[in-house]
Amino acid sequence: MDEPLVLGIETSCDETGVGLVRGETLLFDAIASSVEEHARFGGVVPEVASRAHLEAMVPTIERACREAGVRLADVDAVSVTAGPGLAGALLVGVAAAKALSLGLGVPLYGVNHLAAHVAVDVVEHGPLPEPTMGLLVSGGHSNLLLVPDVTHDIRSLGATIDDAAGEAFDKVARVLGLPFPGGPHIDRAAREGDQVAIDFPRGLTSGRDMERHRFDYSFSGLKTAVARWVQAREADGEPVPVADVAASFQEAVVDVLTRKAVLACSEHGVDDLLIGGGVAANSRLRALAQERCDRAGIRLRVPRPGLCTDNGAMVAALGAQMVTRGRDASRLDLPADSSQPVEQVRS
Amino acid sequence: MLLAIDTATGIVGAALHDGERVRAEVVHHDVRRHGELLAPAIQEALREAGIPAAELTAVVCGVGPGPFTGLRVGVVTALTLAHGLGLPTPQGICSLDALAHQVMGTHEGELLVATDARRREVYWAHYAVGPTDARRIAGPGVCADADLAEQLRTLPTVGRGAELYPDAFSGVALPDVRDVRPGALAELAVRLRAGDHPDAETALLPPEPLYLRRPDAVEMRR
Repeated sequence: MDEPLVLGIETSCDETGVGLVRGETLLFDAIASSVEEHARFGGVVPEVASRAHLEAMVPTIERACREAGVRLADVDAVSVTAGPGLAGALLVGVAAAKALSLGLGVPLYGVNHLAAHVAVDVVEHGPLPEPTMGLLVSGGHSNLLLVPDVTHDIRSLGATIDDAAGEAFDKVARVLGLPFPGGPHIDRAAREGDQVAIDFPRGLTSGRDMERHRFDYSFSGLKTAVARWVQAREADGEPVPVADVAASFQEAVVDVLTRKAVLACSEHGVDDLLIGGGVAANSRLRALAQERCDRAGIRLRVPRPGLCTDNGAMVAALGAQMVTRGRDASRLDLPADSSQPVEQVRS
Repeated sequence: MLLAIDTATGIVGAALHDGERVRAEVVHHDVRRHGELLAPAIQEALREAGIPAAELTAVVCGVGPGPFTGLRVGVVTALTLAHGLGLPTPQGICSLDALAHQVMGTHEGELLVATDARRREVYWAHYAVGPTDARRIAGPGVCADADLAEQLRTLPTVGRGAELYPDAFSGVALPDVRDVRPGALAELAVRLRAGDHPDAETALLPPEPLYLRRPDAVEMRR
């Protein structure tokens, strides 16, 4: 059999993504984002996102097929993010995928969003070593995942117990008067700053926390510490050194993220670390992860930024791997699950 | 073969119409699991009629007004299914028109359709029902029950609005017409598409939800 052509649909947050993957080859990744509509609200508004998904769905499918040079009738399977994510947003993608599956008479795979973030690197850097360690960091997630088989077996080692890393970037950006989404703006501001200027707290790294929350993260205390520090400066009538605050905050985040990820690799005997999710686009995270992986003898994989943020290609890539490995398809009554556990790779 | 789907009221369902009659109708009474129930309902209707999806020639969908999340499931299903089958873009029909269509043969004269808009509000529309067609005079709109004009609240009603707010609605509630039956939507669609209805020019709508409300969100002060 030829390599399967899979169309993947992603609508878990504010990006409507439709990707086409044949086997391990990305044909095209079409994205329609509603981020600009959300910017004036200072964060993603679920109802605005859901409306935008509905409007963008068919045009994005059309564009993906046109640019990839394939006809819908040639698609061998449809895959879709079934969760986790915003309930109403997920539902638009899931309903669209079911309609395509029904209309084209091809199998449907409802897949886990986090697993897809790991699986996408196959189209960039080839097959995943088994096991791989996954560090997923975005506006909605901060997870450490042990991945023996991305189509079937994913184990959660830890996750954030409060804010996601990307959420902390957004909130700190707001404190500093930088626009939404905060990640790229803080990254840019931090380049002019001193990352050791202010000693912000590293969440869940003390002795006791390292026992109880060895691979968990916490960014809420850090965000509050930054806000307090900035308020104190303002109360004293002194200017806020935005670049230094941004650099010191960013360093606190990426220090803990990479330290625990590398520790997880060593303790579980895993030689490959993959970083995915929107925060993986952060330049300091990439640099520090590379430095620490090199020192520990770990191979680091990070997909290009366009494949780290939410997209349809990652869903198609995971779907294609499921087809190739002969995994069972989903049923047509599969639900969208906003809090789908990461262990549930396929719905 | 026309496929009609509606998800704006308490029924999630699909019907197939061959131009002469409804060939199959599958309905589920559920207001929470549109995403799970709709696609299997379409599949079941096709199976019941013994028709492969590829033989569909048109898709129509109720575009509400109705609770947003379920409504979007219906509309995106119609849009994507039609696209996948290479059919023309689906046509939308106001779901309240289908409810009014359902009283034909049992009621003549003025009619108020009032459905559950949640948040202690109703979606409403005002109709004149004749022997062969129901014509919308006003609406659709959304408001609190008590804010609807007195002369509308005393009319005979269909939909779940009146039973939810019995204090506000004093008209006769017509029995058995509470939710949109996809078969009725299909019949209305076939007549509208054939020009066999006085409102044929205006009642076929773009396949976009009639939200009638803006998203709840507060813009940031800059």
